Amino acid sequence: MKYAYFPGCSLSSTGIEYEMSTQETAKALGMELWEIPEWNCCGASSAHLTDHLLALALPARNMAIAEEAGLDVVIPCAACYARCKAVELAVTESKEMKASIEEIIERKYEGKSKARALLDILANDIERAAIKEKVSHNLKGLKAACYYGCLLVRPQATGFDDLEDPQSMDRLLHNLGAETVDWAFKTECCGASHPTTKSEVGLKMMDRILAAAKEAGANCIVAACPLCLNNLDMRQGQAEKEYNQKYDLPVFYFTELTGLAFGVDPTKLGLNKHFVDAMGMVNQVLKADSRRGTA
Amino acid sequence: MKRVGVFVCHCGTNIAGVVDCAKVAEVAKDFPGVEYSVDYKYMCSEPGQEMIKKAIKDNRLDRVVVASCSPRMHETTFRKCVEGGGLNAYFVEMANIREHCSWVHMNEKEKATEKAIDLVKMAVAKVIKNAPLQKATIPVTDRALVIGGGIAGIQAAIDIANAGHIVDIVERDPSIGGKMAQIDKTFPTLDCSACILTPKMVEASSHPNINLITYSEIEKVEGFVGNFNVTIRKKARSVNMDVCTGCGVCMEKCPSKVDSEFELAMSKRRAIYTPFPQAIPNKPVIDRVNCTYFKTGKCGICQKVCMAGAVDYSQEDKFVVTRYGAIVVATGFELFDYSVYGEYGYGKYPDVITGLQFERLVNASGPTMGKIKRPSDHKEPKNVVFIKCVGSRDVAKGKSYCSKACCMYTAKHATLVSEKIKDSNVYIFYMDVRTAGKGYDEFYNRTREQYEANYIRGRVSKIYQKGDKLIVRGEDTLISRPVEVEADLVVLATAMVAQPDAAKLAQKIGIGYDKDDLYTEAHPKLAPVETHTQGVYLAGACQGPKDIPESVAQGSAAAAKVCGLLSKSEMLTEPIVSEVDERACAGCEMCVPICPYTAIEMKTISERVHGKMLERKVASVNSGLCQGCGACTVTCRSAAINLKHFTDEQILAEVNALCL
Repeated sequence: MKYAYFPGCSLSSTGIEYEMSTQETAKALGMELWEIPEWNCCGASSAHLTDHLLALALPARNMAIAEEAGLDVVIPCAACYARCKAVELAVTESKEMKASIEEIIERKYEGKSKARALLDILANDIERAAIKEKVSHNLKGLKAACYYGCLLVRPQATGFDDLEDPQSMDRLLHNLGAETVDWAFKTECCGASHPTTKSEVGLKMMDRILAAAKEAGANCIVAACPLCLNNLDMRQGQAEKEYNQKYDLPVFYFTELTGLAFGVDPTKLGLNKHFVDAMGMVNQVLKADSRRGTA
Repeated sequence: MKRVGVFVCHCGTNIAGVVDCAKVAEVAKDFPGVEYSVDYKYMCSEPGQEMIKKAIKDNRLDRVVVASCSPRMHETTFRKCVEGGGLNAYFVEMANIREHCSWVHMNEKEKATEKAIDLVKMAVAKVIKNAPLQKATIPVTDRALVIGGGIAGIQAAIDIANAGHIVDIVERDPSIGGKMAQIDKTFPTLDCSACILTPKMVEASSHPNINLITYSEIEKVEGFVGNFNVTIRKKARSVNMDVCTGCGVCMEKCPSKVDSEFELAMSKRRAIYTPFPQAIPNKPVIDRVNCTYFKTGKCGICQKVCMAGAVDYSQEDKFVVTRYGAIVVATGFELFDYSVYGEYGYGKYPDVITGLQFERLVNASGPTMGKIKRPSDHKEPKNVVFIKCVGSRDVAKGKSYCSKACCMYTAKHATLVSEKIKDSNVYIFYMDVRTAGKGYDEFYNRTREQYEANYIRGRVSKIYQKGDKLIVRGEDTLISRPVEVEADLVVLATAMVAQPDAAKLAQKIGIGYDKDDLYTEAHPKLAPVETHTQGVYLAGACQGPKDIPESVAQGSAAAAKVCGLLSKSEMLTEPIVSEVDERACAGCEMCVPICPYTAIEMKTISERVHGKMLERKVASVNSGLCQGCGACTVTCRSAAINLKHFTDEQILAEVNALCL
């Protein structure tokens, strides 16, 4: 399994744990990740707000390089994924759009190279048995609120799962031995940049997600987007303070938990880099697993 | 030489706004055979028709071309007109310069005029070749079939029966009554639905001219107008109707309980059951799928307790074939399955219910004896949210159409909540409020003003459970603000949709249906209860969403049509049917399977060849069954079949006029 790999900007900065755990998980599964040489920014919401063509041309260049190499592109970040998928659909749906994009990027891109979310591959491409076979540490004891965020499954054209009640991540975590809770905030907005720019709006949005996860009986949240994790993890303390709550909900990337279940050292997955302590729960789960193993 | 008159109609500005009608009339004068040509504002009007009749007389015309609208619209009109002028009705030909020309080429006026001239030229060439045709008569069976025993079907049956004709109602459920029997109150008067329906049900069952055939379905429909041969499957009731007294002991003693369809799974019924206490006939049936005896061979309690000895496990489905002169299709509707809506929880929240479930909850004979209690914990709700247009007016997940009755029944539900629950709050999320109808808008305004229902214009984006509350989130688009309501109960006004097997039944009967499987009327304005199949009529919601008054009106309208048909013992038939030239027929039988109306059979003829009598098979068309579609004529390899009024010679004359 060889894929072109588009890490995007977050994975070398705020989302470094996502990068580390993606690499480790891929290695364990025998996925070869070929990082797209000299990749550029996906454009994210800035390009999207500035100019429609620019927003398509930016990811198109990365996709074109992958297409030249004959590879599909695997993308961990939800926003990068949404942008890359959007251009893949744009060039397959309209010849005119394809022509104008190709003119701008001075390369051919026919939409043959597909944009794939890493979660989609792990949950839907790889056989259940293949995942289970790799699990050396059962994650029993985790009661996860799977949090997909807004961009992974929406809009319908770019998404790969149910719009209102997605299940991919839940399935993956079940295969790792974790429990997941049924809750209604799987695709709710995390507040995106609002916690930074308008904290009274952004913190409120985050607080609702944290409260709903807690109420559903979860002991942790699992995310698939660096910005979602950033908000829910780094700013959880701010929300707690603002609304006088105590959540103590570690927030994981699904790749961290996959790596953990596969037996990768927690520090190699970046699990020691979280703001809300994650190592406590990790050690608890590992200890419980080893006890089951010796019993 | 034939003498043709050409009459070009302006249809107000419908045609004349695009086509230069005067020019068309002028050019037509030079077509071979044309003696007279004129244009006029409304050819179908009284003066227009008089003009045609006068021209026939003055100019000794023997053929007429009317260039106007579609023949679907006015062919009959002009046939009668030329007949009045002394010609054979089939000596008129229509050139459709409206639907086929002005309406579709409104931006290309010159080309449209050219096309209109061509269409007239073709019609002239054809009409010259037209042969006189005479209508024949067929006998009419004086018995009507009504399919579906809801309010529309009951009304149609009573009206037909009162006119002195025999009617059979075929109903697939064990009782007649339909959806109206489940409803609590009716808008806008709030009178009790059962109180106005049950007398009608009794009238239908006791009427000397009406036979109820319940727990039965249509298996096959053959024949044609005046003479339909219908096979009805009488499902095995497992109860002998002649012996059963309807005492109900069997239902009390039956040990297997299943969800009641009538109560929409909000309470249980037995495996031997009547759908509801006022059922007609009030005699039970055994649901064999859930009956212990039929599943395991053990039990038999109902048979043991039946004093009359009516329970009969050995009954089998019976098929009866009956001949009918006319059919009324009144099969009603089903409710849209809202579980496709993830934002409303995909059907997983017990306290999110449909409007029809709510009807059962407020109904005194319903599962809660008329006390509004929510399904999850049987508590009385204080905050009730109604969401309209669930599945209606939603091209993404539901139907494109408006279900029409929901605005009114939601207003009714709101008043019932306010009346029955003190300190209750009602919130209604709506897209538009559409309450056209007598007394309807007044009812809606009363709901808002007197009963203080909160109407919120906007869609609900999400419902989720929080403790024992349902949090309903949406937007009030009038003030552009998000809204959040803590609800105890959410009621969805789900769309009215066609019965799941509507298309299958339509195919059996041979009537049309649209993209939503709703049955198609012959003309949306001028023939709303007729179908394209003669002798088959529509009533009620099977044709499109309707409320009770409309369904009743349509039931009566369909009955009037049936009475018109059955009032005579014979009827005229259309002479545009296929005929076989037996000399040319090779007897290949290719035409037999191609005929959609099974109108062609093979017959044996004897003829003298070289002094010897020989027998051979040739095709023969039953003119009563033939609908003149022409499928056989193009299948015939030896060109032995011709469709009268559309003969090869006539069609070729048109082609030549256009192309040569």
